[in-house]
Formats: sequence, structure tokens, C-alpha cells
Amino acid sequence: MKKAISISVNGVSQQHEVEPRLLLVHYLRDVLGLTGTHIGCETSLCGACTIMLDGQAVKSCTVLAVQANGAEVTTIEGLVKNGELHPMQEGFWERHGLQCGYCTPGMIMAANQIIDRNASPSREEIRHGLEGNLCRCTGYQHIVEAVEHAAKKSTV
Amino acid sequence: MANYVGQRIKRTEDPRLIKGLAHYVDDIRLPDTLQVAFVRSVYAHARISSIDTSEALKAPGVVAIYTGKDIANKIGPVPCASALPGLKVPDYRVLAQDKIYFVGQPIAAVVAEDAYAARDALDLVTVDYEDLPAVVDVEEAAKGGTIIHESFGDNIAYKLTAGEGDIDAALAASDHVLKQRLVHQRLAPIAMEGRGVLARYFPGEEELTVWSSTQIPHLLRTQLALMIGIPENKLRVITPEVGGAFGSKLNVYAEEALLGWISMQLGKPVKWIEGRRENIQSTIHGRGQVGYVEIGCKNNGTITGLRYNVFADLGAYHQLLTPAIPTLTGLMLSGAYRIPAIQINVTGCFTNKMATDAYRGAGRPEATYVVERAMDLVAAELGMDPAEVRRKNFPAANEFPFHTATGLDYDSGNYEAALNKAQEIIDYPALRAEQKRAREEGRLLGIGISTYVEICALGPSQAMPAGGWESATVRIEPTGKVTVLTGASPHGQGQETSFAQIAADELGVDLNDVTVIHGDTGVVQYGIGTFGSRATAVGGTAVLVAIQKLKEKANKIAAHLLKADASRISFAGGRYSCAPIAVAAGASEPVMPVGEAPAGALPEADTDGKSSLTIQDVALAAHIAKDLPPDTEPGLSATYFFEPKNFTFPFGTHIVVVEIDRETGDINFLRYVAVDDCGKVINPLLVDGQIQGGIVQSIGQALYEEVVYDEQGQLITGSLMDYALPRAMHVPWLELDRTETPSPVNPLGVKGVGEAGTIGATPAIVGAIVDALSPFGVKHLDMPVKPEAVWRIINA
Repeated sequence: MKKAISISVNGVSQQHEVEPRLLLVHYLRDVLGLTGTHIGCETSLCGACTIMLDGQAVKSCTVLAVQANGAEVTTIEGLVKNGELHPMQEGFWERHGLQCGYCTPGMIMAANQIIDRNASPSREEIRHGLEGNLCRCTGYQHIVEAVEHAAKKSTV
Repeated sequence: MANYVGQRIKRTEDPRLIKGLAHYVDDIRLPDTLQVAFVRSVYAHARISSIDTSEALKAPGVVAIYTGKDIANKIGPVPCASALPGLKVPDYRVLAQDKIYFVGQPIAAVVAEDAYAARDALDLVTVDYEDLPAVVDVEEAAKGGTIIHESFGDNIAYKLTAGEGDIDAALAASDHVLKQRLVHQRLAPIAMEGRGVLARYFPGEEELTVWSSTQIPHLLRTQLALMIGIPENKLRVITPEVGGAFGSKLNVYAEEALLGWISMQLGKPVKWIEGRRENIQSTIHGRGQVGYVEIGCKNNGTITGLRYNVFADLGAYHQLLTPAIPTLTGLMLSGAYRIPAIQINVTGCFTNKMATDAYRGAGRPEATYVVERAMDLVAAELGMDPAEVRRKNFPAANEFPFHTATGLDYDSGNYEAALNKAQEIIDYPALRAEQKRAREEGRLLGIGISTYVEICALGPSQAMPAGGWESATVRIEPTGKVTVLTGASPHGQGQETSFAQIAADELGVDLNDVTVIHGDTGVVQYGIGTFGSRATAVGGTAVLVAIQKLKEKANKIAAHLLKADASRISFAGGRYSCAPIAVAAGASEPVMPVGEAPAGALPEADTDGKSSLTIQDVALAAHIAKDLPPDTEPGLSATYFFEPKNFTFPFGTHIVVVEIDRETGDINFLRYVAVDDCGKVINPLLVDGQIQGGIVQSIGQALYEEVVYDEQGQLITGSLMDYALPRAMHVPWLELDRTETPSPVNPLGVKGVGEAGTIGATPAIVGAIVDALSPFGVKHLDMPVKPEAVWRIINA
């Protein structure tokens, strides 16, 4: 019953035989060992598992690994380039946009999509852009500041 | 000298977290790990007629299944650390025996080769139940009817009366006595990472290692050793990265003991990762009080007395601190005010629900809500401004330590300063004028105020069930790197950074030369853990004093090496010298840069003929130990266990402005100003983060969150589809400021900040909504205040 899939993850081509019911998030975590993508809710409400799938921020707990066959996936582990933090990662660090860090990878991936679509979002737009992601620690204010930081840095 | 304390230092723990390289329990991978899943009760109250595991055992990948009878005499009960007089403590086994007491109670543990196989097999376990009537409402529970634990004869776990002063006389002598029923709804803590346990037993060494997402690794080790019957020194508890807790992991859970025991049976690692539905069913809840407040006052607004009769919804079983939480409510019923007579009467009741226990604030948000709502009732009754009623009853700044009628001595405070500052920031007179205009236009603008005080830095051991101190070991390694081992167990608060700030300042070294290690009982000396806003006030002080001890020894060694009398040696900027010398701020000089050391041996300490030495030179000399003063132990480390003499009492003022949409009943925040005083601040960035996060959890309680069980005891808010958490667009911009009144309880002067937001905010938010609706005669609304309730008032 296993299906062969081929997915590019963080620029590396991966080929595996997987159960059709295997969730993409479990493929990333359990097959590839990329444990930076987290699971927080079971009902696609928390966004901790957000990744980029062919340029779209998606919740990897709602995608089957077989559905991602042929796709390009970027996870949190793929953001650091040449040892340099991505501007969004830097923003979260600079502005204390995380406490326990559990929602952070998904939050960063979702936030990247916000500034992909709108280079200088307002605070209101940032808040709406993050509506699919829950954070229980920060109260969101420092996350909003982190996204602003990254937006400024990215447009310089 | 380096000066890190007081600065907005970004966190040293963040790089691993933002890169996705940190390890939470589920990220730790051991070969041959088996996965555990639980069959949990679908009934709230039932007898188990039979459990059939035969089909499940035949399922692919299933290795073993354990039920209640397998563990009955093997694993001790889930512990309750509260010792209240006359407390009834039910026998809480890690798997249900013959009866079910709440939805989600574990009945059987399925062990399989992978998580999908374990989950599949759950559906093949057949449990026959004989359904019983459920006890859900706490006030009904107190009356009797269906008895949950038959041997107790009733559903009352304990009754407790506390307080000082003659409350009956005080209320009788009042010009006004106001009464209100208040509901503190049950909340689910919802740490973004649920609980998780990984256990590995080595049969040869007879050693068990338990990785658990907990706030209390050492206390957990002790309790698990007792439950499982393994010697405590053969059990190691490791707390890896913890994805939030908020009190929900300040506990000892059935699953933690069971996983350890299963690993011992099978000789393989076993893992259980809690799902969100399990988390809402079977991780502790918070709050859950229904109470009746009576407050007396004079015509001029002076408060004369306060009584609070409360029914505490404890749930079916006691978790670690379940019965103790309402006692914290009793302690804080004086709020920020001089109240000559106070009485609390607690009736702690069993219900067919998950246990309540410590959720961020733990009994104190309830107290603050009671007092602050009561102050608003007084203001409304007398036609006074709510800020003025509060101001009138504050103890003055020079009256501290201030004794309350709840038996506490508040350490320090200046409540009026915080109120004044918040009123200035929001321009209170202009705001009231704007409200008047708005009302004339028919707009529903409301202003809410809370002037709270909280009890933190828990606490003196006399007042704690299992020690209230905290520990630290500080050592300077031969290479000059500083290692801090703390018994606190941070899980998002950032003490790897703030403790490094304390250590770097005290030792005059670079922040990056300090590493803070926590959460591993195999590495760190015994500690208590992180809860009750205690880690920095108690644990940070332990770090400070351990360093002071270490420096006493370093001073002696330095004097010896510099061939000077110890009294002539001074320490500044990380350097011992005979006379003070100027050193660039923050400069630290590791004696042996990595990669430059000669292979195979430590370098000789080059101390001859020098007029000054860095503390790191001294550390190397202390380890080489060829030239130490007589009777000096080699090495350079010190351990200190700090026992605080009192709690600390942070305080502040929150002012909230809301406007209600007449058409929809929607509640919109216009301003949120918070002035908090948590004593001396080590890192303002982290303090802001704590306050913001706490306030937003309060917004959750005030407007959205509620654990709801129906009349059969079914949990109908069992996923995040139904349990509503605040999201980014639900919360306003928070305008934060501070006053800084040092605590005399510890040498750092810090008070703690982890719970301030959840304690100060809810009454201000509800107060603002009630104020907005006051034109409709509204005096009080219960939480969560939903638009529907507001709309009904407007359209009544």
C-alpha cells in the first residue's frame, strides 16, 4: 500500500515510500528528522506546523505526505542561509518575539508569507495575517514588532 | 565592570529556538522507542463492567496493553502535596480501577511500535461501562445527591475558614453592605506544547531516565521514585525544552509514572505525546470557583470588612496542589487595601471533572477579581470614582511592611504611585470627560481600573508543601567559562539570559562566557522549580549568593597569588588587584582561548609578578592547585540554597478603555495601560514579555475562554475548535510602564512578574465592560463576557 513520493525539502531532493495516510508533518518530523516543525492542536487551528509548500504557507498537519509529492517544501530549518539568520528569525530574536518557542517556527513561516504579499504591512495587517497561528506566551505584541522589524530589514 | 542587569538584553536561548533546532520531548529520538497511547473514559461517572483487550493485542505493531489491574499494586497513587486539616484524599490510581470519575480518565495504555499503530489499536479495546449520574455543578455537589467517592459520604473534600478581625461586627457597623455572586470559570492552560514523556530503563545499570515536559524536575523525581518504587538515586529526570506550562506542568501526572514503569517492564524506551484533546481532558484546569462576596463600607468610601464564601470546583481527584489553590485566594483577599476584617469560607467540592490546580496566578486572580469587583460595587453604590475609592483605602508607602487581615505582611509597596502613573499616561480626567461626551452621543464607552497586588516568590518553606527555597551552583571552569546550575526550571521565561546577566555582572565577565544549565537531575543539585513567580526572586538570589561565596574563596587565592594581604585585595571589572585599576566595561579575558591551548595538559597559571589577576586566572590556578593558600580546597565553585524569609508582593494599576458596539454587542478595546511594579528589573525586555503574555491570557479569561462540561459531565469544549483562545487580532496594543519598588526580601530586590498580567487584568477588563453598560443598570457580568450577553442587555 505504500506510495513512492519525491519532495524537495529545504532544497534537498527526498525520495521515500510512505503510507498514504502519513501526514506531511509526520513525514518531516519522523521520516526526515526535521523536528523544528511542531504539532500543537490536531484540528488545524494553532499553526505550529506551518511550512512553505510551493511558496504558500500551509499547515502541514492538514496535508498528506503523498499530496506533497513533487512539491517544494521549506521548513524552519531551511531559513538560515550561509550561516546567516533570515530577517524574520532576526526580528523574533531582536524583539523578543518568543518565549517558550514552541509556536515560533510556525509563526515565523506564517509571518514570512505576510511580508511576501505585502512588503510593509500595518500592525493591523500583521495581526490579521497571524490569525491562523496561536501563541500562548507572548500576547503577540512582540511578534507584531518582530514582523515589523523583518519587514523594514527586508525592504532596505 | 560589565553592567548587564537592568538592560534589555536579547535572549541567549533564542538562536536554537528560532532555527527550529531546540529539543522538546517529542524531538528526542532514541532507537527502538515504543509509542504509548491511552484508552480514556468517554463517561464522566461510570462503573467499568469489563475491559477486553484481546482484539487490540492482535493488531499489527501492538506490543503490550496495560489496564488498571496490571498496575493496582505496582504503582502508587498520584500524589497530593496539600495537607489541609480534615482533607479527604481519594486513592488516585494511574489507570482506572473499577470506576470512572471524569471524561478523559486513563483506562488502558496501549504500547505499539509506532504512534499510528498505537492509535489504531485504541479503537479495538472494548470497555463496557455502567453509566452513573454525574456531579457537575459545584454548588449542587456541596448539597450531596450523587456521591462521587462513596466512602467519603459526601462530595465535600474540605471546609476551611480563615481571616482576622470580627467580620460580623465589621459588616454590621458598615453604612453599606454590598453582595455579589461571582463565577470564576474553569480555564484550560493550553500550553502550546502539551505534556509529553519519554522513559528509558537500562536493566543492567538499573537506571531509569524520564524526559518530561515539567516545571519541577526534582520534585517529580522524588515523587516518581516513590510511585514506581525505584531508588531516587537510580532515577534521572530531564526537562528538555518545555513549550509553555503556566502551572499545568507543576504537577505529577499518572502518565509520567506509568511511562517510567512500562519502560521498566519492557526494557525499551517508551514515549507518549499528549494530543490536544487529551490535553484539554486530562491536564489540570485552572480557576473553577463560585463565590459570594460581601463588602462593607462607610459613606466616605472606607472599607470596613470583606467576606467571601466560595465553592471550589476541585474535580474528581486531587492533583499535586488542587486543594491548596483556594487557600491562596483567601490569603490575597485584602488586595491592595486596608481592610480591618476579612473572612474566607471555602467549601472544596468533588465533581466529575478533571482536577483544577495551579494555572497562571493560581488562586490569586480569583482573589483580585473578588476584591476589585467589590471595590467597583462600592464605587457605584457611593457614586464615587472607582480610582478614588481605591486610593482612599491604600496603605501609604511608609506603612510597609503592611499587615493584612488575611495574616500576611506585604513586603514593600507604593500603590498610589502606580495608580497616579497609570492615570497620567491615560490622562484620566480627559478620559472621563470623553466618556461623558460619548454617553451623550449614545456611545457605550467604559473605563475599568484594577489596582492589584499579588503574592509571589513562593515562598518561605514554612508555607510550602515541599520546600520553598531554591538552589544554585556556580563554578568557573579551568578555561574561564562560567557554569551556573540552577534548581529553577525555566520554560520560556528566559532565565538562561537573566541569570547569566546576574552572574556576568557579579563576576565581571562577558555574558557569553556564562552558561546556565537547568532541568536535569543528573547534572543539577536538588531544586524546587519554576512556578509562583519565584524563579528570579528565589533562584536568582541563590545564583547571586553562590557567586558571593565563590568570590570569598577566589579573593583568598588571589591574595595568595599576588602575595598581598587579603584585606588589600579589591575586585572590580572581573579583576583582582592590590589597588583599583580601570578596566574597559564588559572586557573579559578568557585565560585559554579555545584552540590555542597546548594539547594534553592545562597551561601553567601565569601569575608570577602580576599586580592583578582576572577571576578566570584565579579559577585556572584553583584547578591546577600547585600554589594555593594553606587549607584551601582546589577548584572554584560554590553552591547556595536560598531560603526566603517572606513572600514578595508585586503590584500595579491596569486601566482599560472599551467601547461596545450597540448593534452586535462586540467589545472593542480602545486603550490598555498597565503600570506594573515587580521590584527591581533584571531584564526589561523579558518583563514586558511576561506582562504582555499575562494580560492576553486575562483577555482570554475575560472574553473567550471557558471549559464547559454539560450536565452529563461531557466535556463540550474538548478541542481548540470549541475552546476559544485569544488570537493576534483580538488584542489591543498594550501600553506598558513601570514603577520600581525594591523588595527587601531578597538582595536582588526583585519581586517576580510571571503572573502579574493574569492577576491584574481580568477585573479591569470586566470593570470596563460593566462601566460601559452602566447606563443599563448593569453592576456585574460573569466571565467570559460574550457579545451575546452584552447584546441581550442592550436589547432587553
